[in-house]
Amino acid sequence: MRGLLPIRAQLMANDTDPDLSGGMACPIPISDYPTVQLAHGGGGRLSQMLIEEMFVAAFDNPVLAQLHDGAILDIGANRLALSTDSYVVHPLFFPGGDIGSLAVHGTVNDVAMCGARPIALSAGFIIEEGLPMEDLWRIVRSMSDAAHGAGVAVVTGDTKVVDRGKGDGIYINTTGIGVIGDDVEISPHRARPGDVVLLSGAIAVHGITIMSVREGLEFETRLETDSAALHTLTAALLERRGRDVHVLRDPTRGGVASTLNEIAAQAGVGIRLDEEPIPIDEEVRGACEILGFDPLYVANEGKCIAIVAREAADELLQTMRGHPLGARAAIVGEVVEEHPGKVFLRSRIGGLRVVDMLSGEQLPRIC
Amino acid sequence: MRYVDEYRGGEDAGRLLGAIRRTVTKPWVIMEICGGQTHTLIKAGIDRMLPEEITLVHGPGCPVCVTPMRLIDQAIAIARRPEVIFTSFGDMLRVPGSNADLLKVKSEGGDVRIVYSPLDAVKIAHANPGRQVVFFAVGFETTAPANAMAVWRAERAGVENFSVLCSHVLVPPAMEAILGSPDHRVQGFLAAGHVCTVMGYWQYEPIADRHRIPVIVTGFEPLDLIQGTYMAIAALEEGRHGVENQYSRSVTREGNTAAQQLMTEVFETADREWRGIGVIPGSGYRLRESFTAFDASLRFDVADIEATESEECIAGLIMQGIERPSACPAFGTRCTPEKPLGAPMVSSEGACAAYYQYGRS
Amino acid sequence: MCLGVPGQVVEVSTDVLGMSMGRVSFGGVVKEVCLAYTSDVQVGEYVIVHVGFAISKIDEEEAGKVFELLRQMGELEELDVPQPEA
Ligand code: SF4
Repeated sequence: MRGLLPIRAQLMANDTDPDLSGGMACPIPISDYPTVQLAHGGGGRLSQMLIEEMFVAAFDNPVLAQLHDGAILDIGANRLALSTDSYVVHPLFFPGGDIGSLAVHGTVNDVAMCGARPIALSAGFIIEEGLPMEDLWRIVRSMSDAAHGAGVAVVTGDTKVVDRGKGDGIYINTTGIGVIGDDVEISPHRARPGDVVLLSGAIAVHGITIMSVREGLEFETRLETDSAALHTLTAALLERRGRDVHVLRDPTRGGVASTLNEIAAQAGVGIRLDEEPIPIDEEVRGACEILGFDPLYVANEGKCIAIVAREAADELLQTMRGHPLGARAAIVGEVVEEHPGKVFLRSRIGGLRVVDMLSGEQLPRIC
Repeated sequence: MRYVDEYRGGEDAGRLLGAIRRTVTKPWVIMEICGGQTHTLIKAGIDRMLPEEITLVHGPGCPVCVTPMRLIDQAIAIARRPEVIFTSFGDMLRVPGSNADLLKVKSEGGDVRIVYSPLDAVKIAHANPGRQVVFFAVGFETTAPANAMAVWRAERAGVENFSVLCSHVLVPPAMEAILGSPDHRVQGFLAAGHVCTVMGYWQYEPIADRHRIPVIVTGFEPLDLIQGTYMAIAALEEGRHGVENQYSRSVTREGNTAAQQLMTEVFETADREWRGIGVIPGSGYRLRESFTAFDASLRFDVADIEATESEECIAGLIMQGIERPSACPAFGTRCTPEKPLGAPMVSSEGACAAYYQYGRS
Repeated sequence: MCLGVPGQVVEVSTDVLGMSMGRVSFGGVVKEVCLAYTSDVQVGEYVIVHVGFAISKIDEEEAGKVFELLRQMGELEELDVPQPEA
């Protein structure tokens, strides 16, 4: 480690050299990360750094700067939500779903979290040579079922095949578009002190399901992914009290903890969570214990966080609970003025601690 | 979950904390030896609920943190070889070596795999007879029986393409080293319940007597830790020393003799270097003569690799309870989980990681 | 150090090398575990598992002791929950 410091100092000195920088220096210091690391896509702090310091800086525009799950575009008299996501999951098939259903639900949800009604999807396939045709057919059928179920159409697509060994079977990108209703104004910036945090159901189910079939870590469980399209749930909330719903998010990669940290940072508010009411299944807890995982950081694919005005919280909680995907919804925290940008959690025994962003993926551990 | 949930109850915790407050009359410094305990203490916020008089300092009980950098570099050199499948507990993958970590080797195409159990590594070896499968055998006494079993089984089943890179460490010599340091300020220990589950606690009796210090064998749930602290404070206030067992649902005085037996069949005591602390005599295990065929450092000829630590990192002082992470000038600035200078910043048990992640300064 | 998780033994068996193995349930999630070091364990009993090995059998009677102590404390003293600062 010792040798690295002087090199870094030198590079930083170069950055100020007009010949070398000219405003185009790579924003991620090369001495820190000469190559992209897995954690740059892990949803934690490194991902955030890459997005903010490289992509947002380069593509700089007011829509992107919102850093929402999708973009909100004013087109004529309409407001449209546009969102894209790429699906890279291993294994391709897992209990309760596969990469195909995930690719539909994930993007439908990203559109829904903008407060929009999803209308159509595009699908891009990057397929590795040698993928069994039967597997592809299974994935495509499952996508089609999921799209039907969600009431959206896959209206355009693209296919590329790459050399054997250059892809993990198949990668799928989907882009979704939806229409936002008149009264609706969903944005992380709208979280304000006094607001209440609602969570639509039990956490960490998807991530633990995937872990259960990962090579080398397998365990037996009845768990199935929670992957589901959430747009009818969000629509029910918006119909009920649209103006009082301030933020919607689906806590996928990085889990509830990372999502709330992002919101706290974007809105410049603090968030106070309570451990006790956070719904979690016994099996998920068991798996988290043996893997040494904190379920707050484990991915969900069919859960929604809603930050709502305090006056509306009870009513919206009942609305959530009345929906099949929100039966176990709970109030799990509140937005506060103190500690802006930070999330605190009151533990079951009453202690307080910071819930930080994770810097990379959680790794199963022994200690 | 039974035997978990009931030890996380708020009301019971409050009751025990109340008892601690009524008992304590003067300042005391207690060291929890195990990094897992450090994390529970901080994660549940117990450190902030204890009366001011009590200072908790964090011990060396993080196998990941004390594994010398030289060994990480050796692991990296082995993992980079094309014929090798390098298997490890997830903990070791982010620990910084001289200029890389195992996760980096993996992202560069090395076949590095996380396993849950050392037996899984043996299974991988069995299933891949054309490859060399190496397991990174780190850990304290708790993990030694598992690693011993992997080697023993590989030998029995003739799995010749299996080997281990071994860095086993032992608690009692480390406790002695801490108490022997002139700067130490530890007045009582919370001993690590799972180490004692395997080894028993008779080994701690002479240490407690010689240094006239209470040693409380303590479990890992919030209630265990609060009760262990209470027992330590009560002993200190009453001027008692000796070993007491809070974690009696798992620990006996003799420990797990079946596990001890296989450990001594496979391993023998040896001097070990502790990262940041230095060599402590008799503080670790190495493979016995009859099992050296399974020693990866010999098989791959990496035993000569040396490394130099960051000069800034004060991990050694932290793990001896002399300093807290917040006293490190690099903490949170030049040393973060993304860019660690020392292992305690990336280990899931490292004190620096706990302070950073749960917002202590 | 050393994550150890309590789980309930749901099956006991012997593998090809004559080693005692078993299946242990952690809140419903089941994992194969080596029982060689707790060979007297019966189905239904709880063990502490570390890296796929049961390292002890949980002693039920001892486990209850802390709650016994707490009950006594509760009878003697008022509940006294400290308020941590943020
Ligand atoms: S903060 Fe970093 S540099 Fe400082 S002691 Fe901890 S690991 Fe070492």
